[in-house]
Amino acid sequence: MPKLHHFHGGLHLDGHKAESLTQGLQQATLPERLYLPLRQHIGQYNKPLVDVGNKVLKGHVVAANSSLIRAAVHAPSSGTVSAIGKYPIAHPSGQSDDCIVIDIDGKDEAADPHIKDLTQLSPPELIELICRAGIVGLGGAAFPASPKIARGKTNGIDTLIINGVECEPYITCDDILMRSYADEVVRGSGYLQQILSPKTTLIAIEDNKPEAISSMSKALKDNSLANTELVSIPTIYPSGGEKQLIQVLTGKEVPHGQLAFDIGFFCQNVGTCVAITRALEQDQPLISRIVTISGDNIARPGNWETRLGTPISHLIELAGGYRQGDRGHLIMGGPMMGFALSGSQVPIVKASNNIMVTREETIARTPGYHDECIRCSKCTEVCPAQLLPQQLYWHTRAKAYDRTEEFHLFNCIECGCCSAVCPSQIPLVQYYRAAKSEIRATQKAQFKSDRARIRFEFREKRLLLKKQQDEERRRLKREALNKKRATSDETDSATDPVQAALERVKARKKAIQEEST
Amino acid sequence: MTSVIVSSPYVAPVNSLKRLMIQVIVALLPGTLAYAWQFGPGVLINICLAILFALGFEAGILKLRAKPVMPHLTDFSAVVAAWLFALCLPMHAPWWLVLVGIGFAMVAGKHLYGGLGFNPFNPAMVGYVALLISFPREMTTWYLPGSISGETLGLADAFSYTFGGADIQQWDALTSATPLDQLKTGIGLNIAIDEIRQAPLFGEFGGKGWEWIAFWWVVGGLWLLVTRTIRWHIPVALLGGMLVISSAFYLIDPDIYASPLFHLLSGAAVIGAFFIATDPVTAATTDKGRIIYGLLIGLLIYVIRVWGGFPDGVAFAVLLANMCVPLIDYYSQPRVYGEK
Amino acid sequence: MILAILTISLMAGLFGLILGYAAIRFKVEGNPVVDQIDSLLPQTQCGQCTYAGCRPYAEAIANGEAPINQCPPGGQSTIVALADLLGTEVLELNAEHGEHLEVPLVAIIDEQTCIGCTLCIQACPVDAILGAAKHMHTVIEDECTGCKLCLPPCPVDCIEMIPSVQTIDDWKWSTPRDQLELLKDA
Repeated sequence: MPKLHHFHGGLHLDGHKAESLTQGLQQATLPERLYLPLRQHIGQYNKPLVDVGNKVLKGHVVAANSSLIRAAVHAPSSGTVSAIGKYPIAHPSGQSDDCIVIDIDGKDEAADPHIKDLTQLSPPELIELICRAGIVGLGGAAFPASPKIARGKTNGIDTLIINGVECEPYITCDDILMRSYADEVVRGSGYLQQILSPKTTLIAIEDNKPEAISSMSKALKDNSLANTELVSIPTIYPSGGEKQLIQVLTGKEVPHGQLAFDIGFFCQNVGTCVAITRALEQDQPLISRIVTISGDNIARPGNWETRLGTPISHLIELAGGYRQGDRGHLIMGGPMMGFALSGSQVPIVKASNNIMVTREETIARTPGYHDECIRCSKCTEVCPAQLLPQQLYWHTRAKAYDRTEEFHLFNCIECGCCSAVCPSQIPLVQYYRAAKSEIRATQKAQFKSDRARIRFEFREKRLLLKKQQDEERRRLKREALNKKRATSDETDSATDPVQAALERVKARKKAIQEEST
Repeated sequence: MTSVIVSSPYVAPVNSLKRLMIQVIVALLPGTLAYAWQFGPGVLINICLAILFALGFEAGILKLRAKPVMPHLTDFSAVVAAWLFALCLPMHAPWWLVLVGIGFAMVAGKHLYGGLGFNPFNPAMVGYVALLISFPREMTTWYLPGSISGETLGLADAFSYTFGGADIQQWDALTSATPLDQLKTGIGLNIAIDEIRQAPLFGEFGGKGWEWIAFWWVVGGLWLLVTRTIRWHIPVALLGGMLVISSAFYLIDPDIYASPLFHLLSGAAVIGAFFIATDPVTAATTDKGRIIYGLLIGLLIYVIRVWGGFPDGVAFAVLLANMCVPLIDYYSQPRVYGEK
Repeated sequence: MILAILTISLMAGLFGLILGYAAIRFKVEGNPVVDQIDSLLPQTQCGQCTYAGCRPYAEAIANGEAPINQCPPGGQSTIVALADLLGTEVLELNAEHGEHLEVPLVAIIDEQTCIGCTLCIQACPVDAILGAAKHMHTVIEDECTGCKLCLPPCPVDCIEMIPSVQTIDDWKWSTPRDQLELLKDA
């Protein structure tokens, strides 16, 4: 057991985890229609590879792109592509985005799997298989797994950290996953070891999940992984954040501007490990995930293994519907870092770890209105990034965005601790999000205008050069002509053609005069 | 688009301004009661008057500024400011003194700067200092604690003085200088401290009666610390700073410089450390900054008491330190995660 | 009297020397003000300010020949930034030069109608149109600044300005205070 450390600040929150753990993991039934957003990862949009009317089998690639940071989308079940267009998706804006709609046929037919002998495969080949399966980090950030593993491989990894912390209230999908699929988690960690060959592997679980810890330690014994240790860490939010977890386990900080694998650490969520195991062992791409449904307005909270693209309304039905009334306030993710959804037609995506169904009044806050900051610094005390949240707030309020950057705005992990403790109940995180999106938009515009300037100046230079070249050519032509003339002058200087012509004219005139007289 | 997108966290707020202010008021109760027990009901009349006037001024100026009135009145910040202001006044003060002082505190000290959260100076201290400079006679007529004179001004007499303008001199036997005042005058007359402290005004450690009030302020202050309404940095640095500088001079010459314990337990040092200097709006905001801020106030209090023109210096020290807060905050920023 | 005159002259001489030295020692090469102004302009090169591009307009502002409110693509935020840089008063955008659009425009060429005359290619200030004589032309959307300079030369009116596509990534969070303003207006 390594010596554990602390990160700055953090909060002890009410877990609310027991509600969704009263029943075990359940398999969600298939809905009639699946809505697959083209982009379910951090990175560029995928392009659809199917047309309306195409038949697809379970596991078929339906959308992909060829950029470096990529994760393809696969058909979660067999059926027919019925539409490609804009549908509501899980995004804080509540806007719609490009989706592929599949009307499923209910047969759930899969293409034949190509199972390979994994012991014969080299790390790059394993990474390629993971890439083809469209796997992303399932902890919530949805960063594609294969490029992350590839970068880790090139940088060299000292410690592999398997993240089973799950520090946000209400969410229990990783807990139930570790209880149900402990073997697959451990085998997936084994494949990561095979690729990255780290010196040590730490599997971190918060100490509020004793069942998960015991089933994981049993699986660990059964599978005998080299240099692997199960670490139970104290329950404090946000210890599941990558940077905070590294700090708790090793006492090291990830320097600003670098990522964990730059200093020899590699973190991966337990759910991602299961996805890797299934991709490698069964040739099954990422087409389902465990989703927690919880909150105070759902009849039977619990965990469902759900196909991607399933509308949330379908899950709400499975969970017995709303407890009160016919609608609820829906949040994807936990209450601390999640975001509100526009409605229940939004589909489950790779990043959906939790759907919180709450009563409208549970999170009632007068939008926009809050008390003034009294500079009490409670926010500073709890900030795990050791920022000065109130300075960030004042500068954002004054729209002095360059000053917010001086106060390290982009080190903010948006964990929500500051907002939660603020006595004036200022939605601080919203201010930071607004500042960040404003700065990003400005940078984008600046980038565009810089390019335009370069292109404009290049064009001016080109036109000037062309003009100079034209002039030069004309000058040369003129000179050549003059030279030619000069040489011809020399040869017959005795007979000037003009003089001769004049004399001819004179002679003719004379002749005419003589004739007439 | 009129629908409003509210960002996470979506958790019920655990804290509020009102809760914070009520905690301060609760912490003020034991000290206030001890104060009233020693000096009579005049203290409570002052507090009630100040609160009444403060709420009146706050409501009026909020209306003028076209701000919502009720949310601001019910956050109790005006009540706390008025309470602290009233505790600084002499035990019996004419009503107009309270009115002028708290009016200046609320209008010039708080709202002209933009209201709660925007005022650079502690409003209660602004009001107190304004009175001290404008009405020195009324502001320095103090009374003997009940434990010396054996009696305090009754409720009826207190009322007749506060509202009726009764002649203060008729209770000559009860009026007196404060211990700090007495000390200062004595030292000015070249009397050794041992001799000065023979007077009945002085107790075991500080001023007689005053010691006990200080004890109850500490109790209230500790409660604020336990409930994490305030952090330890400012009180510890303030009292520590005073202790260090007063011990140093006491060791040099105990005949002219009073003992550290006397300094800590008399005047407004303790209430200043726990209740006045810790006003979040006007104090430094970083941990390191708060220690610097507390030390600065502690040193300034001693300097003003010993070499300044006023017997006590808490109000001036706090206001001077308030001025330094932006500078202190700027140079005491903590290291950010992942930065060098 | 003489002493006073001597002192003052001496001081004048001394300060003159210091200033003269400073002017040489801290001489700034080029004209950075023009560069700074230019970097604040949106670089659409549209000429709506009546100058032939953003840099000429920047030079005109630096020389005091043009007011800062003639750039419609930059809008009020550019005017504020310029006023901030130059320490002048913030002006309202001069409506004679056009109005500011929140969503920038891009040109698209109706490729069915295009006759391949290359006139628009010559007009584009940022080389954002691709094509050759008697061949179809097309706009590189990412490079188009929406300046509209390609519209007048087109003999067949096959170029249209459309608002640039706003994706979900262009969406911005707004602060609670801005939301409150919005609610008040609504």
